[in-house]
Amino acid sequence: MSDVSKILIMMRKAPYGTIYAFEGLESVLIMGAYEQDITMIFADDGVYSIKKGMDTSAVGIKDFSPTFRVLEMYDIEKLYVDRESMEARGLTADDLIVEAEVVDTETITKLMEEQDAVLPF
Amino acid sequence: MSMKFGVMVQEGPYQHESSDSAYQFVKAAMEKGHEIVGIFFYHDGVINSTKLTDPQQDDRNIVKRWSEIGEKGVDLVVCIAAAKRRGINDDVLAPGFRISGLGQLTEMAINADRFVTFGAS
Repeated sequence: MSDVSKILIMMRKAPYGTIYAFEGLESVLIMGAYEQDITMIFADDGVYSIKKGMDTSAVGIKDFSPTFRVLEMYDIEKLYVDRESMEARGLTADDLIVEAEVVDTETITKLMEEQDAVLPF
Repeated sequence: MSMKFGVMVQEGPYQHESSDSAYQFVKAAMEKGHEIVGIFFYHDGVINSTKLTDPQQDDRNIVKRWSEIGEKGVDLVVCIAAAKRRGINDDVLAPGFRISGLGQLTEMAINADRFVTFGAS
């Protein structure tokens, strides 16, 4: 077994409405300090977490989307977006707040198979 | 072959069946001779840890069941950030649980052969 584990953070939940995405992001920020091989996938409503121009003032909850920009500083740079989920929500790569590779379902399946652990949020 | 399992519980007890499923899984795995490297309680899952839980006599006591698992030497870790948001601290912690950080989740994901999550669906 190698010293570095491959851990996938699977972001599937909308950023607001439930706390999964926010606490999922909190867990990734901590994992960044452990120098593991971290991958993040945004699928289903999870793609909304990295949508530009969020305004949460009316719901009184902090907009945490800018925090995704600091992942790069933690060397978490393997970010993927499920094309089907993105397009179904009328979004394009230009709508995203971070650099993320847009991939098809087949690639996501392959990425999931490669991991030592998958954590869904 | 004996395996090392890491477990994450992401839902509160009673509201959601995740706690029950996780418990049944852990119990069965231990009976088969597998090792549980730890159980991490995250999101509303932290509510599994309060000793103030007092269900009706004819119902299962989810918190007590976890404490019994803890007695067998399994590490029951409650996320501190998630706990603080939900009014869980050392004063209300049931036997066998301990409050710690997300680093513990990372270590469980690294040290387990298989990491199994319950909830977030």
